[in-house]
Amino acid sequence: MKESSDQRRKERLDRGIKVRSEGIYALMSWRELSYLFLPRVVLIGGLLILPLAMPSMYWQRVISIVCIYALLALSFDFLAHYVGLVSLGGAFFIGTGSYIAAILNTSFGLPPILTIPIATLLGAVICTVLLLPCLPLRGVYFAIVTLMYPLLLARVIEALDILGGTDGILGIESFANRWMEQYFIILMVLFLLFGTRRLVNQDIGLVFRAVKDNDQSVRASGISVTYYKTIAVFIASGIGCLAGAYLVHLYMWAGLSTLALDFSILPIAATVIGGSGTLVGPVLGAFILVPISELLRAFGTLRIVFYALILLGFIIFRSEGIMVYGQRKYHQFEKWIKV
Amino acid sequence: MQILIYGTINSVALALFALGFAMVYGVSRLPNFAHGALYVLSGFITWTFVNSLGLNYFISILLAMLVTGIIGALIYQFVLIRIRGMEISEIMATYAIGLAILEGLRWGGFRGMTYTLPAFIEGSTEIAGVSVDYQRLLVVGIGAAVVAVLWLFTHYTSVGLALRGMAQDERAAMMLGIDSDLMALAAMGFGSMLAALAAVLLLPLGNIVVEAGYNVLILAIAVCIVGGLGSWMGAVLAAFIIGFAQILTVVYLGAHYQMVVALLAIIITLILRPSGLFGRQKELEERV
Repeated sequence: MKESSDQRRKERLDRGIKVRSEGIYALMSWRELSYLFLPRVVLIGGLLILPLAMPSMYWQRVISIVCIYALLALSFDFLAHYVGLVSLGGAFFIGTGSYIAAILNTSFGLPPILTIPIATLLGAVICTVLLLPCLPLRGVYFAIVTLMYPLLLARVIEALDILGGTDGILGIESFANRWMEQYFIILMVLFLLFGTRRLVNQDIGLVFRAVKDNDQSVRASGISVTYYKTIAVFIASGIGCLAGAYLVHLYMWAGLSTLALDFSILPIAATVIGGSGTLVGPVLGAFILVPISELLRAFGTLRIVFYALILLGFIIFRSEGIMVYGQRKYHQFEKWIKV
Repeated sequence: MQILIYGTINSVALALFALGFAMVYGVSRLPNFAHGALYVLSGFITWTFVNSLGLNYFISILLAMLVTGIIGALIYQFVLIRIRGMEISEIMATYAIGLAILEGLRWGGFRGMTYTLPAFIEGSTEIAGVSVDYQRLLVVGIGAAVVAVLWLFTHYTSVGLALRGMAQDERAAMMLGIDSDLMALAAMGFGSMLAALAAVLLLPLGNIVVEAGYNVLILAIAVCIVGGLGSWMGAVLAAFIIGFAQILTVVYLGAHYQMVVALLAIIITLILRPSGLFGRQKELEERV
């Protein structure tokens, strides 16, 4: 509610159709059904048509990369705003997933259709086990620890010269078909997006949010906080590892750059811009940010500056993000009233 | 003997990196992730003053410290003041500022071997059979002086006492008429000046490179976490622990592992004792 100078304020009211379509009665009317379905259909349809609408192979490749970032942003948003664990280590998930998939493919000769699920599960287990000691931490402390993990892993790989050292692992199989490559990740994004949205509204989601808001009371209720945090980290790191495993087969190469800060920072920026805590917002944010960064590729490192400035602007001036803003406009109308 | 001397030098360098970060965090609970960027920026500012404007080296150092301090204060006044208390936003915003500064410098062409600052005094001497150049000795001397001056400043001046009051209990400090925002502004300014001081002391030992910004940030965070976030004396002690550990690993394992030590120190400290050696956070506040 913004105060204006001449003693007016903005009043927001829910649209009638929003209120009517909240209950089961929405089924009774096409108008209300379509009000409910419109945003979802636009999102799903848009994502499915997007690769067909792209002018060239290059931009189709960009869409795949956008989806990778979207998955990471989704996992960040889930962990940060539903469980209260701010993980700055998206690159750690990506790196683990990609190295596992790369090893499985080059050393054991498994095809992508097997390496991706195995890397997802195994990577999630490894990430969860490694993060287990820091789960009791919270706030800034957890954020800093998770920021350090990918850096540490990169330095260790560099120092010990294991896993291909600085050259990385080369000669990884790609997908059989480029449409499969494209639609696999898009379907995964849609599936995980709606899956996590459903998950956070289940009973377990309620416990997650309770852990975020007041972990002492969860503990007092006889529920193990660490157990639920472990489950949440397993889910989030699984999403990240899936993205990593896919990335390896997309680039046909796994190396230290999968542990780079990009994968930790960009998803967070996407979340901030898209709208934190909405789960859809981060995906949308990734679809806005990554293409912009591709368009600005000609400017070299200046694009990172742009990027940082956009992020800063959003944090300071519009911290709610695009999605929350859009939801408000869709569900409510505003009018000025005299105070 | 070599380990002892170079360990001390390295430790003092780490302490210089960390003091600015520790000061800002201690007073206003702001994790200043732009610290490394300010360090590199002040190096380039000094270089510009000396080489482009042709100023006296000593004057340009003072000017660069002043400019960096003002930049830090401006960052607080225009950005951080709006998001205080929101930890994630603070981290993201300061990190974004740091990223913008560092990558902006890289884009602006500040890279390569040409950017060096001259040493204050050329030449070297021998201490117990180990040759040490004067600049490194100066680092130790000035570093010790800085710690001493900071101690005196925070114990015997009104601004310093106000800063310590803020660090101990912000609400009580506000009740006693200390302007919280002004003090946080001052802390950010002083913290940035300390980053600049570290830069002009340490950069003459090598080239000015943008990448140093990231390393300095990690080292500063490592030292502050091991020492306990917000504790200045803890930071100094932790600097010596990490400093000697780094030199020992370089001697016995290889230079590759130098950074691993810092990162491992952070992770181990946070897992075992999140408040660090001298942290004052209560156990319940940081872990469940």
